[in-house]
Amino acid sequence: MKVGVVVFPGSNCDHDAWYAINQNLQGDLPHEASFVWHDSADLSGFDAVILPGGFSYGDYLRCGAIARFSPVMGAVRKFAAAGGPVLGICNGFQILVEAGLLPGALLRNIDLKFICREVTLRTITTNSPFTSRLEKNQHLHLPIAHGEGRYFADDRTLDELEAEDRVAFRYEGNPNGSLRNIAGILSRERNVMGMMPHPERACDPLMGSTEGLAIFESLLASVATPTR
Amino acid sequence: MTITPELVEQHQLTQGEYRKIVSLLGREPSYTELGVFSVMWSEHCSYKSSRIHLRKLPTQGKYVVQGPGENAGIIGIGGGWVVAFKIESHNHPSYIEPFQGAATGVGGILRDIFTMGARPIAVMDSLRFGPIENTPHADRNRHILTGVVSGIAHYGNCFGVPTVGGECVFEECYSANPLVNVFALGVCREDEIFYAKASGVGNPVIYVGAKTGRDGIHGASMASAEFTEESKQKRPNVQVGDPFLEKLLLEACIEAMKTGAIVAIQDMGAAGLTSSSCEMGSRGGVGIDIDLDLVPQRESGMTAYEMLLSESQERMLIVAEKGRENEVFAVFKKWGLDAVTIGIVTPDGNLRVRHKGEVVAEIPNPALADEAPKYDRPHNVKPYRKAPLDRASEIPHSKDLNGDLLKLIASGDLCSKRWIWEQYDYMVRTNTIAGPGSDAAVVRVKETDTSIAMSLDGNGRYCYLDPREGAKLAVAECCRNLATTGALPVATTNNLNFGNPERPEIMAQLVEAIEGIAEACTFFEAPITGGNVSLYNETLGEGIYPTPVLGVIGLMKTAAPPPVRFQGEKTPILLLGASGTLVGQAVPPALNDETGETRRFGSSAYTKTILGDLWGLPPLLDLAREKHVHDAMREIAVAGLAESAHDLSEGGLGIALSEMCTAHLGAHVTIHMETRPEFTLFGEAPSRILVASRHPDKIREIAARNGAECLEIGATMKGRLQIGNASEMWIDLPTSDLKNTFETSLPHLLHNSLLQTE
Repeated sequence: MKVGVVVFPGSNCDHDAWYAINQNLQGDLPHEASFVWHDSADLSGFDAVILPGGFSYGDYLRCGAIARFSPVMGAVRKFAAAGGPVLGICNGFQILVEAGLLPGALLRNIDLKFICREVTLRTITTNSPFTSRLEKNQHLHLPIAHGEGRYFADDRTLDELEAEDRVAFRYEGNPNGSLRNIAGILSRERNVMGMMPHPERACDPLMGSTEGLAIFESLLASVATPTR
Repeated sequence: MTITPELVEQHQLTQGEYRKIVSLLGREPSYTELGVFSVMWSEHCSYKSSRIHLRKLPTQGKYVVQGPGENAGIIGIGGGWVVAFKIESHNHPSYIEPFQGAATGVGGILRDIFTMGARPIAVMDSLRFGPIENTPHADRNRHILTGVVSGIAHYGNCFGVPTVGGECVFEECYSANPLVNVFALGVCREDEIFYAKASGVGNPVIYVGAKTGRDGIHGASMASAEFTEESKQKRPNVQVGDPFLEKLLLEACIEAMKTGAIVAIQDMGAAGLTSSSCEMGSRGGVGIDIDLDLVPQRESGMTAYEMLLSESQERMLIVAEKGRENEVFAVFKKWGLDAVTIGIVTPDGNLRVRHKGEVVAEIPNPALADEAPKYDRPHNVKPYRKAPLDRASEIPHSKDLNGDLLKLIASGDLCSKRWIWEQYDYMVRTNTIAGPGSDAAVVRVKETDTSIAMSLDGNGRYCYLDPREGAKLAVAECCRNLATTGALPVATTNNLNFGNPERPEIMAQLVEAIEGIAEACTFFEAPITGGNVSLYNETLGEGIYPTPVLGVIGLMKTAAPPPVRFQGEKTPILLLGASGTLVGQAVPPALNDETGETRRFGSSAYTKTILGDLWGLPPLLDLAREKHVHDAMREIAVAGLAESAHDLSEGGLGIALSEMCTAHLGAHVTIHMETRPEFTLFGEAPSRILVASRHPDKIREIAARNGAECLEIGATMKGRLQIGNASEMWIDLPTSDLKNTFETSLPHLLHNSLLQTE
């Protein structure tokens, strides 16, 4: 599996995602992450793409609002349209929402403060390239670190997400005011996932949790045996 | 413009200093030159009151690669890798504009680190504010606290450096003089360190980063004066930070350094363009010739004076190899940053500044950097203190020790600071092995099997009562914190926050504290590699407590350190540094009478919070005894024998045990001791560490072998914290109450303020 980790000016979890895949992720299947600079319009050769956390373009105007216009996002759109798996973590999720690849919006946390802490997630669907190695309702302990992570969408969109089994994770104990406790969602085709929690920060026993690995293991398995 | 005595005074230069300027130049300075001298010779930049005393500090050691004098100190960590680290204050700006003041404090210290080629991997902050309850200024103090915390969060989070620890203390004396000291640490290869030493006549001087505006003009001089009513008008002197730009600057600088085309690099911090160019020139013994017309400008019509003194953030000055400028430009272009050649290295040793075709300043670099005045200010008096040695009346006997404990653990100083540190991203870069809430923060260096443990500590109350002993206690506390994680202290940075040095009794505090630090750092073999002095922390003649803040770093093999919290039931609890009927040496046996103990109790958190008083002396420190405890603890931690470990500090045994409790796990502890329970529970004798271990015999053996005392005092238990002697129980509380009080106190204190101000 070749994973492209997109680097926007201001990305700061790019190296963490790179490290999780290159150093923490184990398994017989070969896997390698490399960086993709934001002005690249070419994602050929990659089996999966990660939009990492951080503050792309300083998150001026609105989180992800400028990043959606960067050249690489055109390539990401094409990559996703062709069925390639795209994972947006934290700022990456915000960018995917701004780019229209996922529905809804991420508003400021309900208490208006940045929050960094470990949260408990419940796995809602295992039907995706990112969650296939999890059990339904399985708890995951992952860190969050964001100021704008409050998932918002109109009722119709929320109903649709639920009806189509596109809610990937919900918070147990809502840290930021997200509607219906949503922590991560899938695109209609299920190959694009955005999540506010950071699985790449929970891949090493020294960091206190390795529960984030399951997401990358799922990705690895899905790339090895494509379903489409 | 004619230079009048009034103008000289406005620039905070004395007439004597002005005469020295005239003699160094051999003529009257121009207005622009006067401005340049005023910042370079300010206390903030020149350390003129402290320099002769700072020489007493130990700066050599087997791990030291770079001592004081550069942008940051550097320590070798093995395998060809080094860490650069330093602490710096942004006290004055944070009072005037808390958010930007603190944010740019973070920005400034981060630049100090990456200008040396080191990528920042950790930040810690030491914060001191006025009380946030029950005082007339509580509202303002809360406003300063919330502003400072969000400023630090804003800058550090966006930049992508984890804020892994720190301290936060409340005292009346910081009400109008909050202290914001920020520590940063970065990592690089030993053969890739960059210095701020210009060389190579004819080499281009390149300006990179943000454009220059009028912000922060005379910030360094502002930080070198007392606050008056007029200071509130100084808001325009506070700079505005842009962490996104700084992140780009970091990546661009590190990438540009890899080209090999960079000869020297220095950030533009206090006194901006002026200090960076003359310090680089002075270090290299060369001159620098710059043309201000070439400087990227954010505003129109700026004068030479304004451009030279601007403290606009996120700027760097680079000396590149002649002919290789384009390699540097290409990197900065990739990151979307300005990079412009604005000058050249010259052989004559002068800082020469041109503007609109004229030379507006021409000053020998050494005059600015090395010939700055240094004063041996009078200090042959007793350090300032108003507190009595003995309390006028007997200490009242507590009627409710449980209530006292809860009150202490709810106090601003001792309660959980989660409300603060959860606003900081303390995990980014996935190196944080022990983060906020630990005794010491531990950050791994991925490229090696070594981790860096770091601790910040200061205690203004101790230092007010005895600056020398208080400073030693702070060093000892930092080293003790490192020992609980299993790390060996190797180097220290210090931030000396004091009042007006022109008052002999304040100067005496400073001198005593420096000598105390020197003694302790020498003893623990943790030399000083750099730091910062912040003087004139006074408002309307009222100074702060003398507050040296120490930052000690230590090395350890990468491994998870013992956690603070209890892990399981019925685990024996041992107290290192205690024996027989003593839970710690409050006073030497010869002086172990009621008076000695009572005096030492006068500096405790109990005295402050429960009695609302202050008297006596700080706890007595025996350095040798302290070190034996560290040696034992380090061995225990490294051997993996400690299920949990926590050092005793403010609040003593009672608070340390409370902090080790979880919502479900407490302890039953029995102390056979004759002294008053208040002293036993809340006395703050140093050199003590609690260890919970399933291997008490091994712990005792290790302690004995290292010459440390060790006493088994109880075991963990479910649901309650109980502390007493053979006949009575002093403390008996459900752990859920303890935990709840500890965690909810700060949000309550701050939330109430919102309700009041709305």
